[in-house]
Amino acid sequence: MLEGTTAEIRERKALRVNPAKTCQPIGAMYASLGVNKCMPHSHGSQGCCAYHRSHLTRHHKEPVVATTSSFTEGASVFGGLANLKTALNNIFSIYDPEVVSVHTTCLSEVIGDDIPMIIKKSIEDGIIPEGKTVIHANTPSFVGSHVTGFANQCKAFVDYFAESTGETKNVVNIFPGWVEPADMRELKRLADGVGVEYIMAPDTSDVLDSPLDGEYHMYPDGGVTVAELKATGDSFLSVGLGPLASTSAVESLEKKCKVPSKVLELPIGVQATDAFIDALRLAGDTSVPSEIEKERGRLVDMMSDMSQYTHGKKVAIFGDPDHLVSMVSFLVELGMVPAIVVTGTPGKKWEKKMKEIIDPVNEDCVIKAFSDIHYLHQWIKANPVDLLMGNTYGKFVAKTEDVPFVRFGFPIMDRVGHRAFPTVGYQGGMRILEKITDAFFDKRDREDPDHEIELVL
Amino acid sequence: MSEEATNDSPMGPHGPSAAEAREEMLKAYPKKTQRKRGKQMLVNEEPGTPAEIGANSRTVPGIITQRGCSYAGCKGVVIGPIYDVLHITHGPIGCGWYSWLSRRNMNKIRKPGETNFLQYSMSTDMQEDHIVFGGEKQLEAAIQEAYDEFKPKAISVYATCPVGLIGDDIHSVCRKMKEKLGINIFGFSCEGYKGVSQSAGHHIANNGVFKHMIGVDDTPVEHKYKINILGEYNIGGDAWEIDRVFALCGIKIIGTLSGGVSYDDITNCHMADLNVVMCHRSINYMAEMMEEKFGIPWFKVNFIGLEGTKKSLRKIAQYFGEKELIDRVEEVIAAEMAEVRPVVEDVKTRTTGKTAALFVGGSRAHHYQDLFEDMGMKVIAAGYEFAHRDDYEGRDVLPNIKIDADSRNIEELTVTPDETRFDAEKPVKKKSLEESGFEFSDYEGMMRQMAKDTLVIDDISHYEMEKLIELYKPDVIGSGIKDKYIVEKMGVPCKQLHSYDYGGPYAGFKGAINFFKDIDRMTSNKIWKLATPPWRNTGEATAEKAEAVTA
Repeated sequence: MLEGTTAEIRERKALRVNPAKTCQPIGAMYASLGVNKCMPHSHGSQGCCAYHRSHLTRHHKEPVVATTSSFTEGASVFGGLANLKTALNNIFSIYDPEVVSVHTTCLSEVIGDDIPMIIKKSIEDGIIPEGKTVIHANTPSFVGSHVTGFANQCKAFVDYFAESTGETKNVVNIFPGWVEPADMRELKRLADGVGVEYIMAPDTSDVLDSPLDGEYHMYPDGGVTVAELKATGDSFLSVGLGPLASTSAVESLEKKCKVPSKVLELPIGVQATDAFIDALRLAGDTSVPSEIEKERGRLVDMMSDMSQYTHGKKVAIFGDPDHLVSMVSFLVELGMVPAIVVTGTPGKKWEKKMKEIIDPVNEDCVIKAFSDIHYLHQWIKANPVDLLMGNTYGKFVAKTEDVPFVRFGFPIMDRVGHRAFPTVGYQGGMRILEKITDAFFDKRDREDPDHEIELVL
Repeated sequence: MSEEATNDSPMGPHGPSAAEAREEMLKAYPKKTQRKRGKQMLVNEEPGTPAEIGANSRTVPGIITQRGCSYAGCKGVVIGPIYDVLHITHGPIGCGWYSWLSRRNMNKIRKPGETNFLQYSMSTDMQEDHIVFGGEKQLEAAIQEAYDEFKPKAISVYATCPVGLIGDDIHSVCRKMKEKLGINIFGFSCEGYKGVSQSAGHHIANNGVFKHMIGVDDTPVEHKYKINILGEYNIGGDAWEIDRVFALCGIKIIGTLSGGVSYDDITNCHMADLNVVMCHRSINYMAEMMEEKFGIPWFKVNFIGLEGTKKSLRKIAQYFGEKELIDRVEEVIAAEMAEVRPVVEDVKTRTTGKTAALFVGGSRAHHYQDLFEDMGMKVIAAGYEFAHRDDYEGRDVLPNIKIDADSRNIEELTVTPDETRFDAEKPVKKKSLEESGFEFSDYEGMMRQMAKDTLVIDDISHYEMEKLIELYKPDVIGSGIKDKYIVEKMGVPCKQLHSYDYGGPYAGFKGAINFFKDIDRMTSNKIWKLATPPWRNTGEATAEKAEAVTA
């Protein structure tokens, strides 16, 4: 397996090998699925749409519908206006969504299609039915990563929908960042627990984890509604989770509707979850109920119980910037030692932030943005670690190096738990800890000699 | 309203006639879309003389389609599976990432020291400045870095949409680096916007493989019966099952294009006596070009399904015409069937009369009908995702196919007989066999095999699929990942016929056993029965419904 990978690291300036990121439009598609009765639309060749739908489906094991402008060579030369207008006419006639959420691709970006102009023309030509909306986000694949696309789409929700009626409501906007449907559900549960009213945007719970009841619903119950998106302009606070995924949306809302904003790290682990709960508590002027404090206590208890197994363990981890900041912070809380942290997404500031988090436990940790899994693999060949964390693509590295592997991030295409069980919040922390220790114990149980097998751990 | 169809109905026990279903499906569309889709949806009224289908035409923008792009057909399908070629996608990161190990074209290294590059995704990861200033330098550097680090025997480069638009000349970069590094390096202009589907990418791939790989190595292959299998991609290990059966028969496969295959196999495969074609759509170009250049004849085979496998093996034996081979093939068939028969007899007690609908690929929607027939199941509707008219109606329509603007942009290579390597004996043998009724360069298409008055739907849309299921509730749908969970939400199992739901192989004899067991499991699955909670069946209204009534 991965026979060509050696410990000798050569500098690469042009060749990406085994990427730890993908392109913007898939993030825009995922975010758009978190809007109620919304059809994501990919403005480009149909292959983009097919690839994004396929990968989101493999990750969520759920229907992922989206439409495409199906560019041919002609459209690529003459522009995509005709294709998009035809598409909008078909989409509204056949699939009847409330919103069509158009995102661009590298193709339509390079030819410079002006989407707002095409939308305007479509309105003038009566293609967009009364009361329905077409929105857009520019998501060039050659800038940033899939998380950038998610962020750009979230900002577009604000730019197109948020309205200020002048009357501030006792509601908090929660921009959850790129997390799982199960995570969004958990964030809502926690917000309910603290007792604040909120609007979550986007919200893929009940969309990408819909029940099997014998009926297919193209637009499941879930998703933030257009009315709610409009109302975000009247909330008294926006909380953006995950700086890369959510900052641009909450800042745009602040600018547009004067809604003050606060950007927090994704609530993974103890202190990041504390920050989220505390922010909600202060915002809602409520107190944290004992149920949530008990949850927190149960997580800390489990961390204490398991600390003999986690303490000092070296971890190699790759994923997306926001996920990594919080997950690595949690690893540090667990007494673990991040040894190498890699993301494919570019970001110098992120590198600096990671260093601040890790320095107290390991000043020599290798921290790289705009890097790849191949680099991480080469590095751990020369510097063995106790645990690898990352998305499904890490399994080949884990197998080659025989290192325990915990799946985390996007995409996870070969396991099922991520769709059902959150990793955010205190309960999510317990799940992560369970997975980490299981990975250690499974390796021991498999490899320890018979006379050293422990019944109790 | 038509009478409820009977069990003998070509469309199964439920729902209206195919013609009524077609009307129903078209009704929802705006006029222009209706006209366009109407040409791609047919009732198979005269299977013997199939009607003209509007295949290989543009997808209607805004329709939820199964189709992908030219890059997917070229890199993803045809060239991507060659394990010891180092593949570099030139473009932004997405295309290389999505096509990384997502197609299950299995491969393994043959000897220590080799690298299976299928486990790697390599890309130039184009950034904004490359788009503005051009990406040729980046590509050149990437090829150099790939060579320095991995020392491959060949490097293949794939263009994505922006590459063509900004005018990067990948071919001149490849030529330059080929000269510099002394290994074979070649590129494919398979930008996603070319053609109307993956199919354009297949053609581009065939051209490139033919130009840059076929005929490179003239090492003689000593064997009495030497063939290539074209259009077999080793999904789930299909090619390995075919290899096993051929080894038992004593037939040498030089190259399987391009499943489970190495660079050396392909460069040497023009030494074969015969090409047999599995997936006609993706590789008929190669079969034709190899015949032109080297004189190697070809015919269509199908190793999906028991009858197809037996027929194909016998035809290959007959081509060589030697008794020892003909007898050996019969012995292998008898031995293999002894193992398959009890399984199929058992499974048939549960599957006979059940219905299936298949919407996939450019050959699978046809090939898999054989396996369903083996199980006594009825295919009520089928269609390809990216095939052409000849795949539906048979190759005899080829002279009548109009070449439209989208296809005209795909290069058609002019091939002439090779001055030294054209084997003049092969056409002579072909001619004499043809005189005895043996068919070459044949493919009769899907529609001739399908029952009268069933539905044929090209490039099926989401809406049509939903309607089909609503009207007919087939016992199983064969389709792909994008449809799978949509179909299953409706309580109908969906077999992925691209990825085999991570199972397989399904080819040959052992593959057939796997397929029978999988379909038996899926169509007998009791989990679907749990979809409705018991209180919904008692006639009592749920809280939600009760509210609605009182409101």
